[in-house]
Amino acid sequence: MHHPGTNNKVYKKINDNFEWSSENFKKISEIIKKYPSNRIQSAVIPLLDIAQRQNNGWLSKNSMEKVAETLSMSYIRVLEVATFYSMFNLEPIGKNFVQICRTTPCWLRGSDKLSKVAQEVCETNIGGTSDDGIFTVVEVECLGACCNAPMVQINDDYYEDLDEESFKKILQDLKDNKSIKVGSQIGRKSSQPERKFDA
Amino acid sequence: MLKEKDKIFKNLYGFEDWKLEGAKKRGIWSNTKELIKMGSDKIVEEIKNSQLRGRGGAGFPAGLKWSFMPKDSGKDHYLVVNADESEPGTCKDREIMRNDPHLLLEGCFVAGFAMHAHTCYIYIRGEYYSEASNLQKAIDEAYANNLIGKNACGTGWDFDIYLHRGAGAYICGEETALLESLEGKKGQPRLKPPFPAGAGLYGCPTTVTNVETIAVSPTILRRGSKWFANLGSANNTGTKIFSISGHVNNPCNVEEEMGIPLKDLIEKHAGGVIGGWENLLAVIPGGASVPLLPKSICDTVKMDFDSLKEVQSGLGTAAVIVMNKSTDIVEAIARLSHFYKHESCGQCTPCREGTGWMYRMMEKMIHGNVKHEDIDKIIDVTKQIEGHTICALGDAAAWPIQGLFRHFRPEIEKRIQERNRRVA
Repeated sequence: MHHPGTNNKVYKKINDNFEWSSENFKKISEIIKKYPSNRIQSAVIPLLDIAQRQNNGWLSKNSMEKVAETLSMSYIRVLEVATFYSMFNLEPIGKNFVQICRTTPCWLRGSDKLSKVAQEVCETNIGGTSDDGIFTVVEVECLGACCNAPMVQINDDYYEDLDEESFKKILQDLKDNKSIKVGSQIGRKSSQPERKFDA
Repeated sequence: MLKEKDKIFKNLYGFEDWKLEGAKKRGIWSNTKELIKMGSDKIVEEIKNSQLRGRGGAGFPAGLKWSFMPKDSGKDHYLVVNADESEPGTCKDREIMRNDPHLLLEGCFVAGFAMHAHTCYIYIRGEYYSEASNLQKAIDEAYANNLIGKNACGTGWDFDIYLHRGAGAYICGEETALLESLEGKKGQPRLKPPFPAGAGLYGCPTTVTNVETIAVSPTILRRGSKWFANLGSANNTGTKIFSISGHVNNPCNVEEEMGIPLKDLIEKHAGGVIGGWENLLAVIPGGASVPLLPKSICDTVKMDFDSLKEVQSGLGTAAVIVMNKSTDIVEAIARLSHFYKHESCGQCTPCREGTGWMYRMMEKMIHGNVKHEDIDKIIDVTKQIEGHTICALGDAAAWPIQGLFRHFRPEIEKRIQERNRRVA
C-alpha cells in the first residue's frame, strides 16, 4: 500500500533553495531552548515538522539538509529520522491529505466503505494524488480515536463518527472550497456515551 | 457502578471548561503546595499503599517504579510522560489531554518532585494536533500563574514541563524507543539493562509513565491511598478509564471501578452489543496486543489485571474492542497483523521478518487458502517470535494470533475444508 510517508526515495532538486521563513526561525529558536544545550539533536522531529509545513506538506532533500545544518547534525541522521516516522512525507502531496484509519476498531464500523467513497469523490487510488492536486488519499494505521470510529484525518484535524454520507459531503465541500466542521459529525461531544446531549 | 463522587476524571467529555479557571473549580492545583510538603518519600509511600498499577498496559506497580529513581545520582533527573497513545482501541489519554490537561500537569509536578526531577517531557503522538495545542495552552497558563517554572507553587522546587510531539510511530510507545525518539533518533528500543531509572534520557535517571497513571496521582494523595485501595479489589485497585469501541450501540470512554464485569461495562455504559448480547462473537479486552475472548468467557469475566490474566488474556490499556457475529474474525485479526507488520521497527529479525510472514499467512487464512498443517506452523512461529525480541512488540504481534487459534481454530479449519471442496 503506497503512502508518501513510508517510501524511502528522496526527491532531489524540486525546489532549489530552502531557507527558514523569519517566523519559523523564531519558532525554532524557542523549540531548541526546550532541550539541554548540548542535546539540541532532540529537536529534529519538531524541526522536520516545521520544515514540512513550510514546504507544502512534504520534505525535499534541501529542506532536510537545512534541518541538519540548523542542528549541526549529519544529513544521514536527519534522513534516517525522516524515513523512520510515517508522518514525514518524502514526496509532494495534494492540498488535502486524507488519511483513512484502516485498523480493526475503525474497520469494524465500516472504514472500508470510507475508502471507496474517497476514491470515488477524490478520483484517485489509495496512495495517489488527484490530478487537480486537491487530494492525496491514503490508508493509515490506528489514529487513536477508536471510540469515535470510523474516523479520518485530513491535514491536522480529525473527522469522527463518519458514515458514507457525511464523509462524501466533507470531501465534496473541500472540493468546492467550503468550510467543514471538525470533530464528531453526529454532534457528539468528545467520546461521551449518550448519542444525544442537550446543552 | 462507580459513584459520581469517586470519579477522578470529572471533565472526561469536556462539558466543562478545560482551562485553568475551570480546572481550579474542580479542585486541581488547590493545595499542591501541601502535597509537595509531604516530601518525596511520603508521596512514593502513599502511591505504593494505594496499589496503583501503571495504566499504560503492563500494569507494573507505579509506586515501586517511582522508588527505583536514585536519590543522589549527581545527574539531572527526568520525568517523561508517555502520551504516545497508539494501541489500537485506546483513546483515553486523548480525552485527558484535551479536556482536563491541568490534571495531568499537576500530576507531572507532584510525580516529578517525588522522583527528584526538575524537568518533565510530555511525549505526545504527532497526530494528536488539537490535543497538543490544548496541552500547550495549559502549560503556558501554568507558567503564567507560577504553578510550574521557577519556585513552582511557591514550594521552592523548580519544575519545567515541555511538550514534545512525535511523528507517527507506534513503537515510540515503548519506553526506551520513546527515549531514543526524544533524543532525536529513530525510535528503536534499547537493550535493557540498564533500565531508564539508571540510565534513561541523555544517560540520566528517568522514569517513563503513562498519562493516566500520572493524572490520577494528585487525587490519590489528596483523598488518601486508603480511599483508592478500597475501590476495586486487592492488587487491582482504583478506577480506570475504559475505551469501548467496535460493535456496540454507544461507543465511549468511561471511568469505572476496576474489576467491573465486562458484560456490565458493555451493557450499562456502551448501550449493549449491536444485535443484543446473544449476538456477541468475541471481545478484545485490552487493546490490540492482548488475545481475544470468545463470548463464553465474556459472560462472566471481570475487567482487571489478574482476572483477565487467568483467562489467558490481559487488561492492557483497557481498550475493549467488541465484535458481534457479523464480524469476519479472521480478517479482524489479519488487520491487526498488518498493523504490527507496519509498525515493527525492524531492529530484531524475529519481529521484522515474522510480522510480515504472519500477516501474509493470515491474509491467506481469510479465504482458507492454506493447508491444515499451516495452522500449527503459524502457532509455532508465533511462539518463536514471542520472547525473542528486544521489546514487547514481537509478543504483541504474536498474542492476537495465538488467541484466535485458541478459541476459533474450528472456524479456520472449516474455511480450509470449504476452499478445498471448491477448488477440487
